[in-house]
Amino acid sequence: MPANRFNGQTDFGIGIGLRVPHYQHILERRPVVDWFEIISENYMLDGGRPLAILDRILEQYRVVQHGVSMYFGSAEPLNREHLRRLKALVKRTKTPWLTDHLCWGSVDGRYTHDLLPMPYTFEAAEITARKVREARDFLEVPIAVENVSSYAEFHISEMTEWEFLNEVVEGADCGILLDVNNIYVSSQNHGFDPYDYLNGVPAERVAQIHIAGHSKFEKYILDTHDHPVLDPVWKLYEHAIRRVGPTATLLEWDDRIPSFDEVHAEARKAEQFIGIPVVVSQ
Amino acid sequence: MTNLLEFQRRVAGAVMSPLNRSISAEANQLVKPNDRLTSTERLNIYHRQYWYRILDSFNEDFPGLCSILGERAFERLSRAYLADCPSQSFTLRNLGSRLATWLTEHPEFAGQHFALAIDMIRLEWAHIDAFDSAERKALGPEDLLELGPELRLALQPYVRLLALRYPVDDLRVQLNQHLNEHGAASNAVSRPARRHIVRRFARLKPQPIFLAVHRVDFTVYYRRLDADEFRLLESFGEGQSIGQALDSALAGTEFEPAELQQKIQTWFANWAQLGWLSSRPS
Repeated sequence: MPANRFNGQTDFGIGIGLRVPHYQHILERRPVVDWFEIISENYMLDGGRPLAILDRILEQYRVVQHGVSMYFGSAEPLNREHLRRLKALVKRTKTPWLTDHLCWGSVDGRYTHDLLPMPYTFEAAEITARKVREARDFLEVPIAVENVSSYAEFHISEMTEWEFLNEVVEGADCGILLDVNNIYVSSQNHGFDPYDYLNGVPAERVAQIHIAGHSKFEKYILDTHDHPVLDPVWKLYEHAIRRVGPTATLLEWDDRIPSFDEVHAEARKAEQFIGIPVVVSQ
Repeated sequence: MTNLLEFQRRVAGAVMSPLNRSISAEANQLVKPNDRLTSTERLNIYHRQYWYRILDSFNEDFPGLCSILGERAFERLSRAYLADCPSQSFTLRNLGSRLATWLTEHPEFAGQHFALAIDMIRLEWAHIDAFDSAERKALGPEDLLELGPELRLALQPYVRLLALRYPVDDLRVQLNQHLNEHGAASNAVSRPARRHIVRRFARLKPQPIFLAVHRVDFTVYYRRLDADEFRLLESFGEGQSIGQALDSALAGTEFEPAELQQKIQTWFANWAQLGWLSSRPS
């Protein structure tokens, strides 16, 4: 099920994140890349170099927007200025779908600039789903929400993270950006089976998949995006592809970024799993 | 008020509280411990991440201010400012937008370097604005032939005009050269070299300057202006017609009429070449 209504009926393959250290390589050498993911906030500007570079990229490549500060899970209303700027960028990139995180990060107009985990309550799911619907109606583009990695769980939670994800996406009728690295990181930090999570995700709603590297510390794992993808995450990815079918996949590498070729080669390791048979669940 | 809003206020209050403040009380009430980490340790991961992220971003935006104050004083100022003025924007770009106003109300954080620090903050904030502000269609040399006294011009949004008491532009250029030679990671600059820069900055004597912070081919530049040239551009920015601006801005000029006439022609030619002027948007 590569193409569905949550990714604009597209069948994108393996992509990588567009990052500043690779601009020159991409513009000069024009490598063959199926698509780039951009961080929306980096281009929600009035002018200057970032937008000029983006326009040159758009002349040659397909681009999908990924946001980090919509904060669907914050109790406060959506930021209208944010939405206005985001819509202008959507028109510019013609992104077939748009993603942001299933998290919160602002309260009373103050921003933490972090992806804070949700309390898994029915009230939070209802508020979050309503905000996703509002954003989609304003932006007029399919939206998929991404599961975040987390380091804390809250006493007031009423369900598991994947049950909460289901509540939100059903309530919002939106897609899922399934981050298998985040599932692995959270499973290690909170002591659940990552395969229970994967098996609990509604496969038909998965619009896109993220893979990335992480860092192990003595007592917890941190989602650092500064390493190649580790074996347990590749195994989860293989399982995810068996469940949801070949799906647009994006490698995130955001810190200690190596050469473009190294990042691209790491991303293309995902190709070996794309063709594996899909297991239809009963 | 929703339970979610109240919950998020408490979590954000702990995460954004000063680094030296204990968050144990909130952590124990809100966060589950696990078999490896206490509630406080789990919430502290977010607490530390919050401060590292915003301090890093702030440090990147104000390297000149850091060099004037020295690293310790700069860190004290950063923590105090960010505690008083947390981010109110979806982008970290705007983190320093209230710094000049805040420092005016808290001059003790700059000590004897207050006036110099304020000038550097204004320059560094203008630099950020000039980098990504909008660009309108510029008036070229051929357009100048049709200018009449009633016409109202506008400055490009990316041009920022500054009247400064210290020649901080020279300092900032020297610092940029130093950072370029020693790598972008300013903290990696050798401590003796940094101390040398701090001493040089601290010795700077007042010397009023008029400056335009602007960009050419997406790179930000600083251009010194004559006082009359500065006032004329300011008048255009305030919406005065060309005739009004010439009358008001040049009323106290020290130039002889013939020399002034030559100067005005040169200024307009330079501005047209730089693309600084545009038609006033309706």
